[in-house]
Amino acid sequence: MDAFTTITGLVAPLDRLNVDTDQIIPKQFLKTIKRTGLREGLFYDWRRRKDGSQDPAFFLNQPRYQKATILLARDNFGCGSSREHAPWALLDQGFRCVLAPSFADIFYNNCFQNGILPVVLTGPEIQALFEGVTAREGYQLTVDLAAQQVTMPDGASYHFEIDPFRKDCLYRGLDAIGLTLQHAGRITEYEQRRRTQAPWLFQDVR
Amino acid sequence: MAAQTLFEKIWNDHVVRAEPDGTTLLYIDRHLVHEVTSPQAFEGLAVAGRTPRRPGAALAVPDHNVPTTDRRVAIADPISAKQIQTLDDNCKTFGITMFGMNDIRQGVVHVIGPEQGFTLPGMTIVCGDSHTSTHGAFGALAFGIGTSEVEHVLATQCLVQKRPKTMEVRVDGQLSPRCSAKDVILAIIGKIGTAGGTGYVIEYTGSAIRALSMEGRMTLCNMSIEGGARAGMVAPDDTTFAYIEGRPMAPKGALWDQAVTAWRQLATDPGAKYDAVVELRAETIAPQVTWGTSPGMVTGVDGNVPDPRTMGDDKLRQATERALEYMALLPGMPIRDIKIDKVFIGSCTNSRIEDLRLAASFAKGKKVASTVHAMVVPGSGLVKQQAEQEGLDRIFKESGFEWREAGCSMCLAMNADVLQPGERCASTSNRNFEGRQGAGGRTHLVSPAMAVAAAVEGHFVDIRHWS
Ligand code: SF4
Repeated sequence: MDAFTTITGLVAPLDRLNVDTDQIIPKQFLKTIKRTGLREGLFYDWRRRKDGSQDPAFFLNQPRYQKATILLARDNFGCGSSREHAPWALLDQGFRCVLAPSFADIFYNNCFQNGILPVVLTGPEIQALFEGVTAREGYQLTVDLAAQQVTMPDGASYHFEIDPFRKDCLYRGLDAIGLTLQHAGRITEYEQRRRTQAPWLFQDVR
Repeated sequence: MAAQTLFEKIWNDHVVRAEPDGTTLLYIDRHLVHEVTSPQAFEGLAVAGRTPRRPGAALAVPDHNVPTTDRRVAIADPISAKQIQTLDDNCKTFGITMFGMNDIRQGVVHVIGPEQGFTLPGMTIVCGDSHTSTHGAFGALAFGIGTSEVEHVLATQCLVQKRPKTMEVRVDGQLSPRCSAKDVILAIIGKIGTAGGTGYVIEYTGSAIRALSMEGRMTLCNMSIEGGARAGMVAPDDTTFAYIEGRPMAPKGALWDQAVTAWRQLATDPGAKYDAVVELRAETIAPQVTWGTSPGMVTGVDGNVPDPRTMGDDKLRQATERALEYMALLPGMPIRDIKIDKVFIGSCTNSRIEDLRLAASFAKGKKVASTVHAMVVPGSGLVKQQAEQEGLDRIFKESGFEWREAGCSMCLAMNADVLQPGERCASTSNRNFEGRQGAGGRTHLVSPAMAVAAAVEGHFVDIRHWS
């Protein structure tokens, strides 16, 4: 996983509530056995009009947002299915950071596993960013994980909260499984203790 | 010791290690695996040269992609076929038990776990699927995870977690006749909203919940995620134990007695505190129908489609306008006037034997309207077999329903069962997102009884007054 330290990049606004992972990446793209190449499926249905042609009104079809690395979103972003294809597709499109007033739990978690930083800001802060990005082409933000700060073009900034453990893993791009395996001895001890307390939990599936 | 909730007891029993900041290494007892969210996890294991820590704790099944038509012929879609083949190969390589497509025990992952006695009270259970919350019906802590975490659990049998908050959703009183667990959970989501449970584990309590069968409790817990909660649970009781006893993977003999004794200790202690409490009266719950593109967009069948012009909040108004446009519904129109083209009875929410018995009891002697195409997809091969032994398949077929093989089917339309653009479906599944059942398709979530009545009448009717 790529580490996340600081990025400065173009912002793309997705002004809809409750964006679910079925919209982020529809089912027909879940048949893959790879993590890459999902960009084509990102917001597949929303990108198209009824006749199948590209909808120029959809934000990602507009040239000004093509190179965006920061996605600006509304409440409950990423709700629904647990598909990790959603962050994979965002990453494939070039997004490294999503800003929203709230996220669905599983999606939020999946972002961290893939080097994407989900940032929670307040409703009014997000609203101000929406106004900024729609008012001006080329609108950029700087997101600094170490300082937990989102800085606007005028130099003003918003602070955000993040769990220290998650922050550290993302900042250093750590392999989560490798970290857990450092505690293999503790896991074995736990299993031995549990096996005597609740032996039915250790019957193998057959 | 301080009074504890069901959730706290299970959580505490599974802490391998906790950091001072609360980051916890949580032990996972059981792991369900399906074909869509696992290939990249197995690939990750192989690339890192790792092996599953406890292959015997996992059970795999293909369900999302499988055709619900004749299984003896090869799967028409080569990409679906490849994904299913990949699961098969991975399970062989890594020593994981799999119920193959032609195994009678095959079915939707959240139907087969409970059916086999794989799901037990007090366990931590995960699956790369958000409806893993279903298994909480047994008094287990069960939640959906992403593919990276699937790999993490395979490699370590643990997950790194922060402890969620707890919410009690209390439903007291008696449900109206013909109202079911599906109506209860839709009403709860309508009340708390689709993000109301975010960050929480829900425990469902109260006399109306106690009165539910295991199938009903599974329906309820299944849709916890539609209310934003990763997990929902019901304390285990005699109903739970009676359901589990004798199932193939359930403990037997002295081990069974020992387990039941332990499970009786799991219920929330009197005086234990939740971080939030929500209360509903069962009598006030009408049969529910969703009208929009999010499960929280729901109302009673005796209600009307809302009018966005009366909504004060801008964002909410826009979302409602958009949903009505997508759904092609007029503001203020009675729910009962909504005409449907298709009916889908199935999915991990409502495809168990009790659901099918109930649906068949309403379908008996009736005919599906000539304008409607209706199908029933059992949750597993064993549910199908049981239903056929009871003659339910004949009742459905005589009424004009199609009777299919087990799988996820039109719940997410990853196989060939798909809504056409503009088609409107009464569905017993759990998600009414745009395009969920096919691009441009329109989904209304309802209970099995409501789905049957809609199939017969061609539009929604109030099942409480349907003859
Ligand atoms: S039936 Fe539907 S919700 Fe359930 S596991 Fe299958 S696709 Fe997911």
